Amino acid sequence: MGSVSAVTSMSDNSAPDLERSQLVLEGSQQGFATTRFEDLLNWARKYSLFQYPFVTACCAMEFMALAGPRFDMARFGAEAPRFSPRQSDLLWVVGTISQRQAPVLKTVYDQMADPKYVIAFGTCASSGGFYDNYTTLPGIDKIIPVDVFVPGCPPRPETVIDGLLLLQDKITRGDRSVGIVKPRVDPVQLRNPVQLRRKA
Amino acid sequence: MSKQVLDRIAQVFGAAILETHSAFGDDTAVVEPSHWLEIARFLRDDPASSMDHFIDLTAVDYPQRSGTRFDVVLHLRSSERLHRVRLKARIGARCANPAADANPAADVAEAALPKIDSLTSVWVGANWFERECFDMFGIAFIGHPDLRRILMYEQFVGYPLRKDYPAAKTQPLLEYRQADNEKLPPFDEHEGMSFGRKTHADRQPGRNLLGFEED
Amino acid sequence: MEPLDVELEDGELELPNDPMQVLMGPAHPAMHGTIRIALELSGETIRKADVQIGYLHRGFEKMCERGTWTQCFPYVDRLNYASPLLNNVGFALAVEKMLSVTVPERCQHYRVALGELARICDHLVCLGAMAMELGAFTPFLYYVKARELIWDVFEEETGARVTHSFGRVGGMALPPTPFFKEMVRSAVPAVLALVDDGEKLLLKNRIFLDRIENVGVMGKDMALALGWTGVVLRATGVPYDVRKSHPYMTYDRYEFEVPVGTRGDCYDRFMCRAEEMRQSARIIEQALDMMADDGPVSIEDPRIVLPAKDEVYSTIEGTIQHFKIVMEGIQVPAGECYSYTEAGNGELGFYIVSDGSGTPYRVRIRPPCFASTQGLERMIVGAMLPDVVPTFGSINMIGGECDH
Ligand code: SF4
Repeated sequence: MGSVSAVTSMSDNSAPDLERSQLVLEGSQQGFATTRFEDLLNWARKYSLFQYPFVTACCAMEFMALAGPRFDMARFGAEAPRFSPRQSDLLWVVGTISQRQAPVLKTVYDQMADPKYVIAFGTCASSGGFYDNYTTLPGIDKIIPVDVFVPGCPPRPETVIDGLLLLQDKITRGDRSVGIVKPRVDPVQLRNPVQLRRKA
Repeated sequence: MSKQVLDRIAQVFGAAILETHSAFGDDTAVVEPSHWLEIARFLRDDPASSMDHFIDLTAVDYPQRSGTRFDVVLHLRSSERLHRVRLKARIGARCANPAADANPAADVAEAALPKIDSLTSVWVGANWFERECFDMFGIAFIGHPDLRRILMYEQFVGYPLRKDYPAAKTQPLLEYRQADNEKLPPFDEHEGMSFGRKTHADRQPGRNLLGFEED
Repeated sequence: MEPLDVELEDGELELPNDPMQVLMGPAHPAMHGTIRIALELSGETIRKADVQIGYLHRGFEKMCERGTWTQCFPYVDRLNYASPLLNNVGFALAVEKMLSVTVPERCQHYRVALGELARICDHLVCLGAMAMELGAFTPFLYYVKARELIWDVFEEETGARVTHSFGRVGGMALPPTPFFKEMVRSAVPAVLALVDDGEKLLLKNRIFLDRIENVGVMGKDMALALGWTGVVLRATGVPYDVRKSHPYMTYDRYEFEVPVGTRGDCYDRFMCRAEEMRQSARIIEQALDMMADDGPVSIEDPRIVLPAKDEVYSTIEGTIQHFKIVMEGIQVPAGECYSYTEAGNGELGFYIVSDGSGTPYRVRIRPPCFASTQGLERMIVGAMLPDVVPTFGSINMIGGECDH
């Protein structure tokens, strides 16, 4: 039970109030583990997200990068794309959803089996972005519930990975409230600020 | 672009060419809408012009113009002679019947649409471009084999690229969801960061947001 | 679940033989999420096809009528999102044509170099996606890796990975970084090496070749009448490249060749794209050699180009100039013009109409892949259902551009 003891030793360092959110398996050195059934289930769920990429627009370019070798989403247990909504439990909505596309998205969502999670990838999926016009759906949460919003036009892959981790975190906690990826502060930049403007 | 082509059609069609001009290196002929198809076919078949490459067909809306509201604009190119030409036709009454002003639906009705001949018999490529024009401006192309909306959905009412269509007027196909209020933004302060979030309130004197010492 | 031992009439389990209606897309993985093909099949042969687009119509033309000319750039970026810089440059050239200005030579070379890098990206995306849709995931990874190298250069230059909004009327947003040439010179050979690797994986693969050879054939005359341009047209054997036939910017001064196909099938389109990447690399090299290391990149016209930031803060003229351009927009003389450039997919035209104010009266984009997608129906009718995937992949339909 090497893996269990690894989990245990990790949990030793964690703050007690975070225990519920971080600790899934309470293992012991004696070779058995006790946990709540639903925690175990959530733990399993979060690392085996079968994703359905609903990819429409420019954000797809970043989505490709995310699947590519440099950012490699597979590291986070969200590797296998399933192009059948019935076999997937994470719906990535990547790109602008037009009014015409909306019923399609809704159908795909309805076909997915519970538990299902939705990530809105990019500003367009989250809010319609700067396409404030007659044809664009102002955010997919108008038609389907969303778990995590990832802002950016398009979001950088790092942001998306943040969003994915956030979703996994929420799955562990069994929390279905809305999450949004906020900007992080880059420690390097704070210490030696980068010259952003170029000299002409 | 080619001046000779303009001269040639002006010579052949005479009064059907309303005006020609050249600006910014583009040569334009404004033609009588009733001769639209005829001139287009001539441009393709005449060996001196041989406009076999269909480039673009679109429209421009000038609601303030009286009499002819739309410009239909066609761009052509010759793959052999490498010249280009632009044809324009001014069509459409500003208001076919006075009642249409009061009743927008009448303006949209099939019968009230401005009309022009379809060029699909000359270049097959005109097909989608004309459908797009129909979809966006509500211009009916006579003789088009399959005049349906192309970019918008069937249920859409109105023609979005007309100047009088409000840009932000949506016609949703699906009813919007009524989300629980608590799930909508503004979000909780710590929401979104699995590792917690530092704000300026937590900041210690002499240290930056991440707790590093400030220089 | 139904019991398995139900009594079946004879032949009840068989599929209805003729004709079968299938809707392919828009959520089909090979349809890029933005296109639907209504098919009528007889067995696996396509009898009728109706290609329906518009699932990504975002009202580009309407949105452009609401801001200033400069505010169109972000929208232009998102037309062909595989190569935004080419669109930026195309739009900037259109407005410059109306204003009758020419940017300094350094800027032209800079635009060419960035544009050709973007073209390489575009073709990488197309080939990668095409291979992936045919089940070859590994080459896709090579191509994405190569694209990542180019994006590093872009990020350094423009600050963004995908949507740069870097073009400006009368120049570029910023001058090249001091390391621009060095970065490009080191990135391009690495990219080409990866392209070669990816290609080796594909072109020695019997399955891949069988699926693209003699599939989706299109003839010359039909292609012209359909309004095809760019790679898809050149694959049919028409040597039309805007850069050669109607040179703009400094394209007449570079040495490069235009690859042309013979049969107009998916294989030709694939090979033309691959070869064009190499030609682009040649152009980039020459552009870098010709590009001066210093000098202005923007024209000097206070009515068009924003003043330097320190001037805005310290002089009243600078402030006023900045205010006028930002609030009122660049005043483009009334008139109309059609300007065309060679984008990733073919002739990208902008037909712009100005009423003399700072806001465009009409911006019409002539999307190259709108015309190519129109031809899809002709290529797939009579073919087999699996042929749809490579054919569609090889025309590189980009939703943002095709659906405006
Ligand atoms: S968020 Fe930006 S990049 Fe993403 S689909 Fe919308 S416009 Fe494109």
